[in-house]
Amino acid sequence: MAELTYRAAVAAGIAQEMDRDPTVVLIGEDVGAAGGVFKLTEGLFDRFGPDRVRDTPISEQAIVGAAMGAAMTGLRPIAELMFSDFFAVAWDMVANQIAKTRYMTDGQVSVPLVLRTANGAGLRFGAQHSQSVENWLMAIPGLKVVAPSTPADVVGLMASAVRDPDPVIVCEHKALFATKGEVPDGEHVVPLGTAATVREGTDCTIVAIAAMVSRAAEAADRLAADDGISAEVIDLRSLVPLDAQAILASVAKTSRLFTVEENPRLCGWGAEIVSLVADEGFYSLDAPLVRITTPHVPLPSAAALEDAALPTVDRIVDTVRRRLDEAK
Amino acid sequence: MATTKPALADLDLRLGLYRVMVACRRFETRAQELFFEGLVRGTTHLGIGQEAVAAGFAAAMRADDYTFATYRGHNHALARGTPMGPLYGELFGRANGLMGGKGGSMHITSAEHHMMGSYAIVGAHLPIALGAAWSAQYRKSGQVAVCFFGDGTTNIGAFHEALNLAAVWKAPVVFVCENNQYMEYTAIAAVTAVARPAADRASAYGLEPIVVDGNDVDAVHEVAVATLGRARGGDGPSLVEAITYRHGGHSRADPGTYRPADEVSSWLARDPITTYRARLEAVGVDAADLDRIEAEATAKVAAAEAAAREAPEPSPDVIETEVWADGSSRWRN
Repeated sequence: MAELTYRAAVAAGIAQEMDRDPTVVLIGEDVGAAGGVFKLTEGLFDRFGPDRVRDTPISEQAIVGAAMGAAMTGLRPIAELMFSDFFAVAWDMVANQIAKTRYMTDGQVSVPLVLRTANGAGLRFGAQHSQSVENWLMAIPGLKVVAPSTPADVVGLMASAVRDPDPVIVCEHKALFATKGEVPDGEHVVPLGTAATVREGTDCTIVAIAAMVSRAAEAADRLAADDGISAEVIDLRSLVPLDAQAILASVAKTSRLFTVEENPRLCGWGAEIVSLVADEGFYSLDAPLVRITTPHVPLPSAAALEDAALPTVDRIVDTVRRRLDEAK
Repeated sequence: MATTKPALADLDLRLGLYRVMVACRRFETRAQELFFEGLVRGTTHLGIGQEAVAAGFAAAMRADDYTFATYRGHNHALARGTPMGPLYGELFGRANGLMGGKGGSMHITSAEHHMMGSYAIVGAHLPIALGAAWSAQYRKSGQVAVCFFGDGTTNIGAFHEALNLAAVWKAPVVFVCENNQYMEYTAIAAVTAVARPAADRASAYGLEPIVVDGNDVDAVHEVAVATLGRARGGDGPSLVEAITYRHGGHSRADPGTYRPADEVSSWLARDPITTYRARLEAVGVDAADLDRIEAEATAKVAAAEAAAREAPEPSPDVIETEVWADGSSRWRN
């Protein structure tokens, strides 16, 4: 075991795959000699050289499109979109081309690529550099979407993403870059579509991803200490494919479900989870299904405003406490 | 107009060029008739009048070179060797379709012929072709990607992003603008700041402006040989503007009446197939040989049409297949 930051785990995860497979290449803005604007790719250029780690101009369509063309023809490219908000710039490539080509060609063409992106809020960057866009991505058939919450999962999910024969989007959370965690020695692979139970509990299930996982876990600790509420916290890790059975099994035990989502309210990823549980877990339920989200607003930049807009530990605790209380 | 004078290509090559152009013309002419018969569904964008570009380039390409085309892509698929039966099947929405009925006319792909797709969002495939070229460069495979697109594409951002990055990376890719004078229903000249929508942009990316008579298959072939050679030799991308004309409208719904009658008639007089036939006869090719090529094309089209007519509709069982590489569309356990 080694303790790594989430930031260092990104480079470690990429390096693990580049060491293993010479067809793995990395492109993006400032990913080479500069090591990335968030220093996520530091050291890779020196280690793997300019043929495998290439800087690009500020051309999101070209970055993502080139990755697609390379993936169609024998490489396993990893392309970085500096901020996940920039998916909007490259959306034709992502939603129309990468996602649909395998289906439209009836399997003639595979697109085994990884798009990595700095996702999420907490850095006071304002509405165009802070969004959580997993829900945009999971709405498009043909894209796999992962959102690691720990350094170990960054490495393990990166490995699965690169090895996957289909396009995978890895949403790396900006607010987690400085966080630390143990990463197993040797090759570390976390299969896509396997949720992790972060904390076991019996009174309610709280489902979260990325930066919301630690908040949900802290909320669960407080609920246990202050209210005697035993909350189970599930980190989905991967939205597509989705570990639906893990959610359903947990709700079968707890009978109550909360989601904690950084995305704005409408059509957030939790809406799909709630829908699934309403459909398939209804007879296990003892209480309404509750989504805890950012309000349906663009994210403000001021610290006081951004902090209050996102689901906080206080809001999670208050919501769980209140909704469980009213269901008694 | 061409920067080079037409080559005196050898006879086999020239008969081959004629064969491909005639096959494309017969295939598409019949496709249009079948559209009006209700057999071809959706929309379809014909390249009638533009066959010389597809034929001239395909003849210069190595079997493993990549083709990227647009929704006006039937000619390019046929020129790379895609069989007509599955192509009609795809247009008809039948089970024998090239993509099993999942793609349609605008997404014709035949990976086994290195026809890597027809792209229906204008400009999207220029970066993708660049990526295939980058892959070939990285793998040192010697392959070249050839990317065909229309004049309208030269005003979309992806065109410029791809040209710049291809030039920076010296990627083995040839970008071929088929300037058929009209983006959709509007003359390209009316909405473009420069006279040559592709060639006049070349210098912005450090590339030579290359303009060729896109209705002269010999001239196109010569430019193709030169630009493919340059790409394969490690000297980077080229941008070719082939001046041509679509005989019909933008898509099957468009009669193309916005075009002056004398303009249409002058371009019809420069039909790439009839003018090429006259040139071949003038250099001594037996008219009977050319007649036979035409008869063979007609027969192939008829056989392909029959095969597609006889093919069943696709089974609904395939709707939820081939989203993922494991063949499924499963998104959850």
